[in-house]
Amino acid sequence: MLKEQVIETINRLLIEEFEIEEEQLQQVNENLMETLEIDSLDLVDLVVIIERNFGFKVVPEEMAEIDTLQDFYDFVAERAQ
Amino acid sequence: MNRVVITGMGIYSCLGKNIDEVREALFKGKSGIIYDASRKEMGFRSALTGYVEKPVLKGKLKRRDRIGLAEEGEYAYVATVDALEQAGIDMDFVQNNEVGILYGNDSTAQATIEAVDIVREKKDTTLLGSASIFQSMNSTVTMNLATIFKLRGINFTISGACASGSHAIGMAYILIKHGLQHQVICGGAQEINAYSMASFDALSAFSIRESSPTEASRPFDSKRDGLVPSGGAATVILESLESAKKRNAPILGEVIGYGFSSNGDHISVPNVEGPVRALQMCLKDAGVKANEIDYINAHATSTPAGDMNEAMSIDQVFGDAKPYITSTKSMTGHECWMAGSSEIVYSLIMMHNSFIAPNINLETPGKEAAGLNIPSQTVDANIDIFLSNSFGFGGTNASLIIKKYTGE
Repeated sequence: MLKEQVIETINRLLIEEFEIEEEQLQQVNENLMETLEIDSLDLVDLVVIIERNFGFKVVPEEMAEIDTLQDFYDFVAERAQ
Repeated sequence: MNRVVITGMGIYSCLGKNIDEVREALFKGKSGIIYDASRKEMGFRSALTGYVEKPVLKGKLKRRDRIGLAEEGEYAYVATVDALEQAGIDMDFVQNNEVGILYGNDSTAQATIEAVDIVREKKDTTLLGSASIFQSMNSTVTMNLATIFKLRGINFTISGACASGSHAIGMAYILIKHGLQHQVICGGAQEINAYSMASFDALSAFSIRESSPTEASRPFDSKRDGLVPSGGAATVILESLESAKKRNAPILGEVIGYGFSSNGDHISVPNVEGPVRALQMCLKDAGVKANEIDYINAHATSTPAGDMNEAMSIDQVFGDAKPYITSTKSMTGHECWMAGSSEIVYSLIMMHNSFIAPNINLETPGKEAAGLNIPSQTVDANIDIFLSNSFGFGGTNASLIIKKYTGE
């Protein structure tokens, strides 16, 4: 999957499933949890969404390494190859 | 001791999604029962069920609040929103007072089963997502609603089989009467999906009058052949009279009696002695005589044994007094954990509109019921005081008496 497709898919899922506003997705270099207003329970659901749409399972330790939305795009794009 | 009144009600049932729709259905004697072919494919003996549409909550509730709700929680949420609106209880009031919640529920089948299916398939529990546990615990309804509405009073679920919704109101009544709570959201919720009814169908307890679904639930009729499962949710707001008057809340009725008992007998077949004690305790608590009750909303589920025993217990307690008696289950089917609360709502609607909804499908009363005053057509009638019965598996019995509030 191309990186642009990954970013587009992630954004679509965040908007549709997490009900996040498009403007919030502009802040790609800010802390992911703060900008998207998601908490630890939401991270559990993010793992499910990744597995369902990109076919791989994220382990908690890997999630801990992700700080910004850009980090998240990069992480998924790399694993989705 | 405080007087306890009802200041709001809400309903989401197979008769309608709100009070107005339900009033119309009750007055016309409409049935909410359908034939669900998918149950036959699953292996059900009876495909009959009440039908309730899934509420659309996206846009009404934010995601985190919404996803923890299983089917019965969604119904309970919708019914509670309406009840709180009628009662005039807003978020401001909730923040400044300790409003409690006691809600009846006794199953979470679909949420639990779907979770297990995912684990079995994926062999990984993280793929259940964050909401699964909040949907599948027995207290799912109260834990979610207490969170959504930010309640700060009493908070737990009451499981008493088909008397759950009635005991929830009874327990709230006791708390308010004794000054431990001033406002309590009460109710009963019931999932209607096939998973939740499979093991009940296994008892061959459901009617198999599949050729005419709307005629299958026929409490007290000599040709009844079993109950029809149904569901949804109903909410009533109980409040101390003092609190209701202080904030000028509407007063829909006064709870004046609660009686309960356990049969100590068969796990599924009700007896006569247990319900008699619950009825007598209720009348004594209310300080009214049997002949002061204008209307009894019977438990009667359309089972051969159950209806017969209830008729006998009513006859024993009410004797020569011949109050109107109907079972609204003739129209709704058996709403199980919801029934104790929904039947209070149905009876209040009748009280406010001076009519008694018919016990439909009553063509020839069974002989135990022949001496009872059971109208099979809608009746214009003034109801000052009504009594509602709910009995459940394990022999749990509840009776409630509600009086019209006249300002005194």
